[in-house]
Amino acid sequence: MLKLENIWMQIASDNGEDKEILRGINLQFEQGKLYAITGPNGGGKTSLAKVIMGIYQPSQGKIYLNGEDISDLSITERAHRGIAYAFQAPPRFKGLTIKDVLGIAAPQAEPLQQRKYLRDVGLCPEDYLDRDLGPGLSGGEIKRIEMAQLLLRDNSLAIFDEPEAGVDLWTIQKLITLLVSSYKNNPDKTAIIITHNEKILPICDEIIVIEEGVVAGRGSSSEIWHLIKDEIECKVRNQCQGEMIYEIK
Amino acid sequence: MKLNNLDMDLLHSIAELRGIPKGAVNIRRDGEAVIRQSSPNILISSTLGDKPGLLVEIKPGTRNETVHVPVILTKPGFQDKVYNTFIVGEDADATIIAGCGIHNEGHGHSQHDGIHEIIVRRGGKLKYIEKHYGEGNGKGKNVLNPTTIITVEKDASAELEMVQIKGVDDTIRKTVAHVHEKANLKIVERLLTQGVQRAESDIEIIIEGNGGAAQVLSRAVAQENSFQIFRAALIGKTSCLGHVECDAILMDKARIKSIPELMAEDAEAVLTHEAAIGKIAGEQLIKLMTLGLTEKEAVDAILEGFLR
Repeated sequence: MLKLENIWMQIASDNGEDKEILRGINLQFEQGKLYAITGPNGGGKTSLAKVIMGIYQPSQGKIYLNGEDISDLSITERAHRGIAYAFQAPPRFKGLTIKDVLGIAAPQAEPLQQRKYLRDVGLCPEDYLDRDLGPGLSGGEIKRIEMAQLLLRDNSLAIFDEPEAGVDLWTIQKLITLLVSSYKNNPDKTAIIITHNEKILPICDEIIVIEEGVVAGRGSSSEIWHLIKDEIECKVRNQCQGEMIYEIK
Repeated sequence: MKLNNLDMDLLHSIAELRGIPKGAVNIRRDGEAVIRQSSPNILISSTLGDKPGLLVEIKPGTRNETVHVPVILTKPGFQDKVYNTFIVGEDADATIIAGCGIHNEGHGHSQHDGIHEIIVRRGGKLKYIEKHYGEGNGKGKNVLNPTTIITVEKDASAELEMVQIKGVDDTIRKTVAHVHEKANLKIVERLLTQGVQRAESDIEIIIEGNGGAAQVLSRAVAQENSFQIFRAALIGKTSCLGHVECDAILMDKARIKSIPELMAEDAEAVLTHEAAIGKIAGEQLIKLMTLGLTEKEAVDAILEGFLR
């Protein structure tokens, strides 16, 4: 179980003043459940995920994993405790192959398992294992490889940051099936999915809406899905480069 | 003459040899050929006069054969200079594994200057691998100055993989290539410098024939107080394709200077270059740390992949 207690985080904004990105977040995530975190862009979703992984340090608050205070643990130590994070925009590496990175993600995994998870995310192992995880891959391919790493890795808490971004519609359905089979009702695992995707949101047991650094809404998917549909109006703001803007009414 | 454990360790570092390979081989230790054998298709002989060295002739039509010509220096302060000529016959397909390893326990500099001239005849195909490595606890420097002059004739292709693994204090590498009609050349260079080491690489490629193509991929890592200079000049005299790519990772207080140079003498010549020098991206380190590596392990994994 993961417990976030009064998490605050600041960053320096462009004008040099500190800006509160997270403002007193209190949340609890149970094992065996699939959670969605949604909300407007810039609301603090990715920052929260990075605080959980240890990439960002909160200015205040505590994080507990299965009762242990992990607030002061490094990224590596949290990874060893079973926390995993799939990046929204994963970095690329010149010289490291997909096989190398899968090997780092799960050193004990057999080659057959590497191949299985690549196939599961819709990539042919023969074509991909020896390729560089570099600029030659598309954004969608990188995202799928990122997902394969997390699925291959033995983790108890997996955070997926917009797994659907850049991925084609056919593959999204495949990813949904994978998420459900790997995490839903699995008593040893918890998954948190940061998403805006209308197909992913309903598969989650609970949906958390984060806006302006606070929890603006929370409920089971059955409770909140109609609420989101009715109360959260998804607009494409005119001449705003197609950016999706959510507004809580 | 037998090879001892030290010799074999050096040979393994530069040529991945665990014993004497089958086929054509010439192992040179401290200025002398300690093992030499030709094969039916690859003949190795000595050239004498004022430029002593080897003549390696790969017969036309040879298929998938390898010749090993590594050099090792184990006498402290030994200075070695050799002129080798390699001729890859028409339509032959061969691999040459060269390279030099130095073990220096003395106060004097150990130095090997290898001047290699390579001719890949019409339709020939060559893979040339040259790895350099230095070790030892002496105060003397390990110095390696390779010169490679290659001619790739019509319809032939060559790939040169030139690697400086570690432990080389000073190096001046010169590579000159002539690429003829519909010929193809790829040079992959990977250099690691540490401490106060200095490496200079100077590559000049002249694409002389229509439809010729050349590519240079350079990967460099400079650590601590080391210094590297990379110069790649690509000259397109005809309708041709050429590309130079230099990627370098800079660490600590090291310095790298990259000087790409393009010269097109034909309107149909397409020559490009790209260069990037910088430290390891923080997001790359963080990514690998989220997979369970420590920061040091992440740096090592990134460098190992980058220089592989």
